[in-house]
Amino acid sequence: MADPTGVTVSTISRLPKLLKIHEAQILKVWMDEQLASLSRRAGLIGDAELRAQSKNFLSEFHKATQSGSLEDISGPQWASAKALLADICRSRAEQGFTPMETASFVLSVRGPLMDRLQQEYGNDAAGLAAEMRSSNLLLDKLALYTAEVALQNRETIIKRQQEEMLELSTPVVRLFPGVLALPLIGTLDSARTQIVMENLLQKIVETEATIAILDITGVATVDTLVAQHLLKTVAAARLMGADCIISGIRPQIAQTIVHLGVELQNVATKATLADALFLALQRNGFSVQRLAKESAGAK
Amino acid sequence: MQTTTSDRLTVRAEEDVVKVRQATRSLAQKTGLNLVDQTKVVTAASELARNTLVYGGGGEVLIEAISDGMRSGVRLTFEDKGPGIADIELAMKDGFTSGTGLGLGLSGAKRLANEFRIESRLGEGTTVVITKWKG
Ligand SMILES: Nc1ncnc2c1ncn2[C@@H]1O[C@H](COP(=O)(O)OP(=O)(O)OP(=O)(O)O)[C@@H](O)[C@H]1O
Ligand SMILES: [Mg+2]
Repeated sequence: MADPTGVTVSTISRLPKLLKIHEAQILKVWMDEQLASLSRRAGLIGDAELRAQSKNFLSEFHKATQSGSLEDISGPQWASAKALLADICRSRAEQGFTPMETASFVLSVRGPLMDRLQQEYGNDAAGLAAEMRSSNLLLDKLALYTAEVALQNRETIIKRQQEEMLELSTPVVRLFPGVLALPLIGTLDSARTQIVMENLLQKIVETEATIAILDITGVATVDTLVAQHLLKTVAAARLMGADCIISGIRPQIAQTIVHLGVELQNVATKATLADALFLALQRNGFSVQRLAKESAGAK
Repeated sequence: MQTTTSDRLTVRAEEDVVKVRQATRSLAQKTGLNLVDQTKVVTAASELARNTLVYGGGGEVLIEAISDGMRSGVRLTFEDKGPGIADIELAMKDGFTSGTGLGLGLSGAKRLANEFRIESRLGEGTTVVITKWKG
């Protein structure tokens, strides 16, 4: 913002100069304040890490104010200060800070900076007001930027967890030689069904299973899309040489499917997983018998 | 007809269809619908919300608890400003789909609800209203 003609001298910020001369003092006051206000969440971040982050931020902030605009943080001079903030966001997200708490890191430097400006300007009220105004706007912009990055990080983390859940929640269980079961839980959207189907087909090949039980006890809603996914899975399994049984169809779901008009005619259906296993064993030539003598003896 | 509570949801992504189902289920429970009727209206909501998303390009769903003095129920209004439906009679036929579905969503939703109304204009959008009464 330095104007070579010297005409707008009064608008030249003294912020860079202050940061340079008083960096150590500002850092000390800022650290004290942060430690005091962070005390309740002290477990989340170590003092040494907080000090390093604060020191680095002040130094990047100083560099950026020296060469870059104080009104616009989108220029290349602000890139490395912003990269540092993004880094801090990442580690704070892992530590469990909320996006607002992370953004308040930037806002909390306001106090120490304003104190310094006040001392610097002394009786020059107009100069101080102008400088405070521009510094405040600048800090607001950096805080908003931080909040935005922190929110994005949070969304990324949630997405990743969802993806991990997808994989976790689609186990294929071997119930008996030749019999696989797939307990389906939650929402059967397209992404998840794809994973489910691939898992199942792979297991059918690996185990040479001839029967696969798709258990929908844990599926809240069976609409046409879910039905279509189920039918596709059944058809694909059949191509791999395995017949499917759909189990866990609760009475209210059965009625709804009928009204919907979905036909599961070519698929065996059973009310419970136990019934389905029983049918699977029968089909594979096994029969289940109670050993009368021994079970009586055991009691 | 009297509306006791209402909730408006936007449908712009697959997750929103899940939210419509959840909001419908919770209101159906509050209204006192039995488990079978809850399941029916939630399933119909799922169909219509997905149509709003897939064919209507997104839109809004109004979820209301209503009462006509004699009985109470749940009314759902699905509204989009999409391409509209050229031939409603055809779209309502079991098995008709212009996409890759089973073609059972619209006709199925009609069978699952007590009242069903569809309005559509080419180039302007589609509105579907269903009501499920208690008892
Ligand atoms: N909101 C809408 N806007 C435009 N067209 C629609 C809309 N809703 C339905 N349609 C048309 O009506 C057809 C039939 O809809 P329906 O819900 O019955 O079947 P589907 O969505 O194709 O398959 P399914 O619902 O069984 O998965 C659709 O394929 C589509 O062409
Ligand atoms: Mg549909």
